[in-house]
Amino acid sequence: MTEDVIISEKDGRLTAALKCELDHCSAKRIREKIDPAVFMYRPETLVLDFTDVHFMDSSGIGLIIGRTEVAAEVGAAVRLVGLSDGLMKLVRLSGIEKISGLAVTR
Amino acid sequence: MKKIINEMKLRLPAVGVNEAVARSCICAFVAELNPTVEELGDLRLAVSEAVTNCIVHAYRDSLPTDRNANIYISVRLYDSREVSVEISDNGCGIEDVAKAREPMYTSTVGCERCGMGFLVMESFMDSLSVKSTPGKGTTVLMRKIFKP
Repeated sequence: MTEDVIISEKDGRLTAALKCELDHCSAKRIREKIDPAVFMYRPETLVLDFTDVHFMDSSGIGLIIGRTEVAAEVGAAVRLVGLSDGLMKLVRLSGIEKISGLAVTR
Repeated sequence: MKKIINEMKLRLPAVGVNEAVARSCICAFVAELNPTVEELGDLRLAVSEAVTNCIVHAYRDSLPTDRNANIYISVRLYDSREVSVEISDNGCGIEDVAKAREPMYTSTVGCERCGMGFLVMESFMDSLSVKSTPGKGTTVLMRKIFKP
């Protein structure tokens, strides 16, 4: 089975490149991989890279909010990158762009 | 009078992997109406939310091996370029449907549900109705009309 998420760290930047359809089923597996890395590296920024995510439902929004809370515990901010138009539609509906400590760059 | 041009019924056990299965089946089924990428994306999303609700809420107390925890999906295509999707379960039901439909309301604690399921279905489909009987189950009926 291919990896759902590939995690890498460089200069205080922890990047989680997501590689799957993001639903309730996969979100659980992904957060179990990201959270330990956040506590291990204690980065300044956690980057969630959605370039290879071709589908996401509201479980993905839950995942983003949850990671923002986890990142805040170690003083890290979260940045979302690589969101497609389809994913942006859901992000806008959710209003998560207004959460402090969370930035969305396309 | 609109006419039914095709019909599909699915019964899937309420397990996580079937969220993706339900999405794929429905997208393949509506292909003959040639929806746009955006319309198909909206439908996939709404179906995913409804099926997830069955697994996370309706059958929250069922074991994955419970053969009676099923999700029933009925899809109809009409000659008016309309698709109707009915998704039902025999799960715990919803005590207060109006409250469940409120944006950001969720009954679950600690599993990162953001309470957006019904909001997504309502926003990305053309109509949504939710009927539920506590202890018996829930039926969600959604419609979408693809552009000509």
